[in-house]
Amino acid sequence: MSGALLEVDGISVSFDGFKAINNLSFNIDSGELRAIIGPNGAGKTTFMDIITGKTRPDSGKVIWGEENVSLIKKSESDIANMGIGRKFQKPTVFEDQTTRDNLTMALKNKRKPWAVLFYHSNADDRAKVDDIADEIGLSDHLDRRAGDLSHGQKQWLEIGMLLAQEPRLLLVDEPAAGMTVDERNHTVTLLRRAAETRAVVVVEHDMEFIRNLDCKVTVLHEGSVLAEGSLDHVTQNQDVIDVYLGR
Amino acid sequence: MQGPLGKFMLKHPSTLVFLGLLSLFTIIVTIGSEAFGYGFVSTSFVKTLGKTLCFCLIAIAMDLVWGYCGILSLGHFAFFGLGGYMIGMWLMYERTRLIVVNAAENAQIPMTHQEIQDAIGTQIFGVVGGSDFPLVWAFSHLFWVQLALVVLVPGILALIFGWLAFRSRVTGVYLSILTQAMTLALALYLFQNDSGLRGNNGLSGLQNLPGLESTDQSLISMWFFWASAFALGLGYLLVKLIVESKLGNVVRAIRDDEARVRFLGYNVEVYKLFIFTLTAVIAAIAGALYYPQAGIINPAEIAPIASIYLAVWVAIGGRGRIYGAVIGAAVVSLLSSWFTGGQAPDISLGFYTIKWVDWWLVLLGISFVIVTLYVPKGIGGLFDKFTKGAEQ
Ligand SMILES: Nc1ncnc2c1ncn2[C@@H]1O[C@H](COP(=O)(O)OP(=O)(O)OP(=O)(O)O)[C@@H](O)[C@H]1O
Ligand SMILES: [Mg+2]
Repeated sequence: MSGALLEVDGISVSFDGFKAINNLSFNIDSGELRAIIGPNGAGKTTFMDIITGKTRPDSGKVIWGEENVSLIKKSESDIANMGIGRKFQKPTVFEDQTTRDNLTMALKNKRKPWAVLFYHSNADDRAKVDDIADEIGLSDHLDRRAGDLSHGQKQWLEIGMLLAQEPRLLLVDEPAAGMTVDERNHTVTLLRRAAETRAVVVVEHDMEFIRNLDCKVTVLHEGSVLAEGSLDHVTQNQDVIDVYLGR
Repeated sequence: MQGPLGKFMLKHPSTLVFLGLLSLFTIIVTIGSEAFGYGFVSTSFVKTLGKTLCFCLIAIAMDLVWGYCGILSLGHFAFFGLGGYMIGMWLMYERTRLIVVNAAENAQIPMTHQEIQDAIGTQIFGVVGGSDFPLVWAFSHLFWVQLALVVLVPGILALIFGWLAFRSRVTGVYLSILTQAMTLALALYLFQNDSGLRGNNGLSGLQNLPGLESTDQSLISMWFFWASAFALGLGYLLVKLIVESKLGNVVRAIRDDEARVRFLGYNVEVYKLFIFTLTAVIAAIAGALYYPQAGIINPAEIAPIASIYLAVWVAIGGRGRIYGAVIGAAVVSLLSSWFTGGQAPDISLGFYTIKWVDWWLVLLGISFVIVTLYVPKGIGGLFDKFTKGAEQ
């Protein structure tokens, strides 16, 4: 699979003897939108932890990009700088700082302390921040404390921070949790637009949301892939019905 | 006001206010000093005030590392003490040398270079039963080298310690304990007679500047007072520039959620190391200014409790507000020397007399608990209303 942007091959990881990820393989092409579903504890978040360097797998390979770089043993910050952005299940923005500061910090710029200390905001960066704020619907909230935003707005801000990083692969963990129907629809639009220029992986429990994403779906169960294909295809799979949908 | 610094001041008027008040304070003390003015501020009180300014400077460093970066270091007084030792070595060596050379000139038989060295050695190390110069005194005759060591020794210690601790991702209370262990280990080492730094005697006579024996202490105390005020102003400005830069945003983000910062692509460990080392160097400079005013430094100064007091000052003053750290350090350390210096009148309850020397610590402890529970923003938080409005 030389065309794949990310190639995950046979990874396993266990916590105190419990196999959270079990010989899992997964590929995603550049510019692909992919949804991952699966019951609680299936290993969806752990899977993202492994790709982003938070958790080391016990075995298996994680290969990135055209140069086929192994991501295992790389630090979280290195992986982020190589072009993988991540949104957490629990929205984590820096609540004490303004929306603008949150976005500016995420902007793809030099990350070394010295460069950051002497960073001067410029017209280019301000325009980028304005564009992203527009995209995530927070134009009127740029100078508010992020902690004062609503739950949904925080989720969007976090997606905005991801966009600001200009990653080639975006990993999004349960973006619609706790959102109203309108907010969900906006989020779907956001993610679909983001996927026009990069690869996006979305973990979500909400089937309506997945349907609206209209993309290939991977079903995880007990740390392995149970099924893969279109939403209609996987929802008709008897195994999937048994372990996930039928409950 | 012009230039980038002028613009910065206008954007952050609290800095301007602080520097203005500091200048005003310096002028008042100068006018009141025995050396330059009416003499209503005694020389010993000038020294107390100068030392307090040094405490304010290390408190600013503590606020940067703890209040902004979230690293509760309970070891910064080790750097403060090391800074004092480094400058103290030159002060003590040079002054002793001048005394010995002076005596030699009056002696009937001229002394050889070796005899002079031995005499200096005996003078300095006699108390610990030695006369040879330990290796650590190799540069003590060179003022500029010793001055460089004021920042280099604590800086390199902080760099090595921080690198080991942060690389292993030691955080929170474990890191605090580790910093306590560091300062305890250093103090215990210095307590030994063969540490090369005169064991528990420490270095003394530091208030006497070599070659300026005839200069009155009232004048010297003012020099150090000015230097301390200048260093505090500079330190304040530097830290304010840092916390208001984008680096300041990253540092606060690390305090609030360091894992998240990593996924933004920032190498958190490098940032922590930078802040930890920088604040260690600021602490060392504060120490190098403090001990010539105190006159004596010994290993007890580096005891773990000193660094805990530092955290208490900053907590009471208000973390994450630089002026809060200054207020906390000034108020608590001045009160502390008032209560423990025996000036505070004892309170007689008839059946029991409250001696403040004993009860001050209890009072401090209670204040700390009250502040932590009910006034988490500290004294400095009281000014938030003004700064918030002005600094948006
Ligand atoms: N650091 C850890 N230590 C121990 N067990 C863990 C750890 N991280 C995850 N697990 C376990 O691994 C399993 C997979 O967890 P994971 O969070 O990946 O599930 P998930 O698919 O994201 O579930 P959900 O839909 O609830 O978010 C769970 O049983 C969880 O308890
Ligand atoms: Mg999860």
